[in-house]
Amino acid sequence: MKTDHSLPQDRPIGPSLIIEVGVRIMIPFIQLFGLYVIAHGHYSPGGGFQGGVVLGASFILMAIAFDLKTSLRFFSLRANAVMASSGVFIYTGTGVLCALVGGMFLDYSALDAILTLGPVEWRSMGVFIVELGVGLAVTAIMASLFWDLSSGGDMDKGL
Amino acid sequence: MIWQIDLLLLTLVVICGVTTIFLKDLLAATLVFSVYSFLMCLLWAEMGAVDVAFTEATVGAGVSTMLFIATILRTTRRSKD
Repeated sequence: MKTDHSLPQDRPIGPSLIIEVGVRIMIPFIQLFGLYVIAHGHYSPGGGFQGGVVLGASFILMAIAFDLKTSLRFFSLRANAVMASSGVFIYTGTGVLCALVGGMFLDYSALDAILTLGPVEWRSMGVFIVELGVGLAVTAIMASLFWDLSSGGDMDKGL
Repeated sequence: MIWQIDLLLLTLVVICGVTTIFLKDLLAATLVFSVYSFLMCLLWAEMGAVDVAFTEATVGAGVSTMLFIATILRTTRRSKD
Protein backbone atom coordinates (compact mmCIF):
# COMPACT_ATOMS: atom_id res chain seq x y z
CA MET A 1 0.00 0.00 0.00
CA LYS A 2 1.45 3.34 -1.06
CA THR A 3 0.85 6.16 1.37
CA ASP A 4 1.77 9.80 1.36
CA HIS A 5 4.16 10.40 4.21
CA SER A 6 5.34 13.90 3.31
CA LEU A 7 4.98 16.60 5.95
CA PRO A 8 1.54 18.21 6.16
CA GLN A 9 3.02 21.63 5.35
CA ASP A 10 3.96 20.72 1.77
CA ARG A 11 1.00 18.53 0.90
CA PRO A 12 -1.59 20.19 -1.31
CA ILE A 13 -4.85 20.31 0.68
CA GLY A 14 -7.61 22.53 -0.58
CA PRO A 15 -10.83 23.42 1.20
CA SER A 16 -13.73 21.10 0.44
CA LEU A 17 -17.18 22.65 0.21
CA ILE A 18 -18.99 19.41 1.13
CA ILE A 19 -16.96 18.88 4.30
CA GLU A 20 -17.21 22.53 5.38
CA VAL A 21 -20.99 22.75 4.96
CA GLY A 22 -21.49 19.34 6.57
CA VAL A 23 -19.36 20.23 9.58
CA ARG A 24 -21.05 23.63 9.90
CA ILE A 25 -24.42 21.85 10.20
CA MET A 26 -23.12 19.09 12.50
CA ILE A 27 -21.25 21.14 15.10
CA PRO A 28 -24.28 22.78 16.85
CA PHE A 29 -25.93 19.38 17.28
CA ILE A 30 -22.73 17.79 18.59
CA GLN A 31 -22.33 20.59 21.16
CA LEU A 32 -25.99 20.39 22.17
CA PHE A 33 -25.60 16.64 22.67
CA GLY A 34 -22.48 17.18 24.78
CA LEU A 35 -24.32 19.66 27.01
CA TYR A 36 -27.24 17.21 27.29
CA VAL A 37 -24.91 14.40 28.34
CA ILE A 38 -23.29 16.61 31.01
CA ALA A 39 -26.63 17.86 32.34
CA HIS A 40 -28.21 14.39 32.52
CA GLY A 41 -25.06 12.64 33.69
CA HIS A 42 -26.17 11.90 37.22
CA TYR A 43 -29.19 9.76 36.36
CA SER A 44 -28.54 8.39 32.88
CA PRO A 45 -25.52 7.02 30.99
CA GLY A 46 -22.85 9.60 30.38
CA GLY A 47 -21.57 12.28 32.67
CA GLY A 48 -19.03 15.02 32.92
CA PHE A 49 -16.20 13.11 31.28
CA GLN A 50 -18.15 11.78 28.31
CA GLY A 51 -19.98 15.05 27.71
CA GLY A 52 -16.71 16.94 27.98
CA VAL A 53 -15.09 14.66 25.42
CA VAL A 54 -18.03 15.18 23.03
CA LEU A 55 -17.78 18.98 23.47
CA GLY A 56 -14.01 18.89 22.98
CA ALA A 57 -14.44 16.70 19.90
CA SER A 58 -16.60 19.38 18.30
CA PHE A 59 -13.66 21.79 18.46
CA ILE A 60 -11.33 19.07 17.15
CA LEU A 61 -13.73 18.56 14.24
CA MET A 62 -13.64 22.31 13.59
CA ALA A 63 -9.83 22.23 13.56
CA ILE A 64 -9.81 19.30 11.10
CA ALA A 65 -12.49 20.54 8.69
CA PHE A 66 -11.37 24.19 8.55
CA ASP A 67 -8.01 24.92 10.17
CA LEU A 68 -6.49 25.55 13.56
CA LYS A 69 -7.14 29.31 13.36
CA THR A 70 -10.91 28.79 12.98
CA SER A 71 -10.99 26.53 15.98
CA LEU A 72 -8.98 29.04 18.01
CA ARG A 73 -11.32 31.86 16.97
CA PHE A 74 -14.28 30.08 18.58
CA PHE A 75 -12.36 28.80 21.61
CA SER A 76 -9.41 31.04 22.44
CA LEU A 77 -6.35 29.90 24.34
CA ARG A 78 -7.20 32.22 27.23
CA ALA A 79 -10.74 30.79 27.50
CA ASN A 80 -9.22 27.33 27.28
CA ALA A 81 -6.86 27.95 30.20
CA VAL A 82 -9.63 29.58 32.27
CA MET A 83 -12.03 26.69 31.59
CA ALA A 84 -9.50 23.99 32.41
CA SER A 85 -8.45 25.53 35.70
CA SER A 86 -11.95 26.57 36.77
CA GLY A 87 -13.17 23.03 36.12
CA VAL A 88 -10.54 21.60 38.45
CA PHE A 89 -11.31 24.40 40.93
CA ILE A 90 -15.06 23.57 40.93
CA TYR A 91 -14.32 19.89 41.52
CA THR A 92 -11.84 20.33 44.37
CA GLY A 93 -13.70 23.37 45.72
CA THR A 94 -16.88 21.34 46.15
CA GLY A 95 -14.95 18.59 47.92
CA VAL A 96 -13.10 20.98 50.23
CA LEU A 97 -16.30 22.92 50.95
CA CYS A 98 -17.97 19.69 52.07
CA ALA A 99 -15.02 19.04 54.38
CA LEU A 100 -15.09 22.62 55.72
CA VAL A 101 -18.78 22.55 56.73
CA GLY A 102 -18.32 19.37 58.71
CA GLY A 103 -18.47 16.32 56.43
CA MET A 104 -15.90 14.23 54.66
CA PHE A 105 -14.15 15.23 51.39
CA LEU A 106 -16.82 15.14 48.63
CA ASP A 107 -19.54 14.17 51.13
CA TYR A 108 -22.29 16.26 49.52
CA SER A 109 -24.89 15.74 52.22
CA ALA A 110 -22.80 17.97 54.51
CA LEU A 111 -23.63 20.94 52.23
CA ASP A 112 -27.06 20.90 53.87
CA ALA A 113 -25.51 23.17 56.52
CA ILE A 114 -25.18 26.00 53.93
CA LEU A 115 -28.61 25.84 52.30
CA THR A 116 -31.28 23.57 53.75
CA LEU A 117 -32.54 21.32 50.97
CA GLY A 118 -32.20 17.97 52.69
CA PRO A 119 -29.24 15.57 52.41
CA VAL A 120 -30.78 13.49 49.61
CA GLU A 121 -31.38 16.54 47.42
CA TRP A 122 -27.86 17.78 48.13
CA ARG A 123 -26.29 14.47 47.09
CA SER A 124 -27.98 14.79 43.70
CA MET A 125 -26.99 18.45 43.39
CA GLY A 126 -23.42 17.75 44.52
CA VAL A 127 -22.90 15.11 41.84
CA PHE A 128 -24.22 17.57 39.25
CA ILE A 129 -21.83 20.35 40.39
CA VAL A 130 -18.85 17.98 40.31
CA GLU A 131 -19.87 16.68 36.86
CA LEU A 132 -20.03 20.28 35.65
CA GLY A 133 -16.47 20.86 36.83
CA VAL A 134 -15.26 17.65 35.20
CA GLY A 135 -17.04 18.59 31.98
CA LEU A 136 -15.41 22.04 31.83
CA ALA A 137 -11.93 20.67 32.47
CA VAL A 138 -12.22 17.77 30.03
CA THR A 139 -13.62 19.98 27.24
CA ALA A 140 -10.67 22.35 27.51
CA ILE A 141 -8.02 19.64 27.87
CA MET A 142 -9.31 17.51 24.97
CA ALA A 143 -9.32 20.50 22.61
CA SER A 144 -5.88 21.68 23.70
CA LEU A 145 -4.41 18.15 23.45
CA PHE A 146 -5.32 18.04 19.79
CA TRP A 147 -4.17 21.61 19.11
CA ASP A 148 -0.81 20.96 20.73
CA LEU A 149 -0.27 17.63 18.96
CA SER A 150 -1.33 18.83 15.53
CA SER A 151 0.64 22.09 15.56
CA GLY A 152 3.74 20.89 17.38
CA GLY A 153 2.97 23.17 20.32
CA ASP A 154 3.26 26.58 18.62
CA MET A 155 -0.48 26.90 17.75
CA ASP A 156 0.55 28.36 14.43
CA LYS A 157 -0.37 25.93 11.68
CA GLY A 158 -2.40 22.80 12.19
CA LEU A 159 -2.71 19.65 10.10
CA MET B 1 -26.70 -11.64 26.64
CA ILE B 2 -27.10 -13.38 23.28
CA TRP B 3 -24.18 -15.77 22.93
CA GLN B 4 -24.13 -15.69 19.13
CA ILE B 5 -23.61 -11.90 19.11
CA ASP B 6 -21.10 -12.25 21.94
CA LEU B 7 -19.09 -14.83 20.00
CA LEU B 8 -19.15 -12.77 16.79
CA LEU B 9 -18.01 -9.61 18.59
CA LEU B 10 -15.28 -11.39 20.54
CA THR B 11 -13.93 -13.03 17.37
CA LEU B 12 -13.85 -9.70 15.56
CA VAL B 13 -12.16 -8.03 18.55
CA VAL B 14 -9.39 -10.66 18.54
CA ILE B 15 -8.96 -10.37 14.77
CA CYS B 16 -8.72 -6.56 14.96
CA GLY B 17 -6.28 -6.70 17.88
CA VAL B 18 -3.93 -9.12 16.12
CA THR B 19 -4.20 -7.16 12.85
CA THR B 20 -3.25 -3.95 14.67
CA ILE B 21 -0.06 -5.55 15.94
CA PHE B 22 1.04 -7.04 12.62
CA LEU B 23 0.23 -4.13 10.28
CA LYS B 24 3.35 -2.31 9.09
CA ASP B 25 1.65 0.94 8.05
CA LEU B 26 1.00 3.15 11.08
CA LEU B 27 -2.05 4.92 9.64
CA ALA B 28 -3.70 1.63 8.75
CA ALA B 29 -2.88 0.24 12.20
CA THR B 30 -4.51 3.31 13.78
CA LEU B 31 -7.68 2.83 11.78
CA VAL B 32 -7.89 -0.88 12.64
CA PHE B 33 -7.33 0.09 16.28
CA SER B 34 -10.26 2.48 15.99
CA VAL B 35 -12.39 -0.39 14.68
CA TYR B 36 -11.19 -2.46 17.65
CA SER B 37 -12.31 0.29 20.03
CA PHE B 38 -15.71 0.49 18.40
CA LEU B 39 -16.16 -3.29 18.63
CA MET B 40 -15.21 -3.11 22.32
CA CYS B 41 -17.86 -0.38 22.67
CA LEU B 42 -20.47 -2.71 21.13
CA LEU B 43 -19.31 -5.47 23.47
CA TRP B 44 -19.68 -3.26 26.56
CA ALA B 45 -23.13 -2.12 25.43
CA GLU B 46 -24.12 -5.71 24.77
CA MET B 47 -23.02 -6.69 28.28
CA GLY B 48 -25.14 -3.89 29.76
CA ALA B 49 -22.38 -1.44 30.74
CA VAL B 50 -23.76 1.51 28.79
CA ASP B 51 -21.65 4.08 30.63
CA VAL B 52 -18.39 2.31 29.82
CA ALA B 53 -19.56 1.80 26.23
CA PHE B 54 -20.18 5.55 25.93
CA THR B 55 -16.69 6.32 27.22
CA GLU B 56 -15.16 3.77 24.85
CA ALA B 57 -17.03 5.21 21.86
CA THR B 58 -16.08 8.84 22.57
CA VAL B 59 -12.52 8.42 23.85
CA GLY B 60 -11.39 5.16 22.30
CA ALA B 61 -12.92 5.32 18.86
CA GLY B 62 -13.21 9.09 18.55
CA VAL B 63 -10.64 11.32 20.17
CA SER B 64 -7.71 8.94 20.65
CA THR B 65 -7.81 7.96 16.96
CA MET B 66 -7.59 11.65 16.05
CA LEU B 67 -4.68 12.13 18.46
CA PHE B 68 -2.86 9.16 16.91
CA ILE B 69 -3.45 10.47 13.38
CA ALA B 70 -2.29 13.96 14.39
CA THR B 71 0.89 12.43 15.79
CA ILE B 72 1.51 10.20 12.76
CA LEU B 73 1.06 13.09 10.31
CA ARG B 74 3.93 14.95 12.02
CA THR B 75 6.35 12.08 11.43
CA THR B 76 8.22 11.10 8.27
CA ARG B 77 8.89 7.63 6.95
CA ARG B 78 12.69 7.86 6.75
CA SER B 79 14.90 9.56 9.32
CA LYS B 80 16.77 12.60 8.05
CA ASP B 81 20.25 11.78 9.36
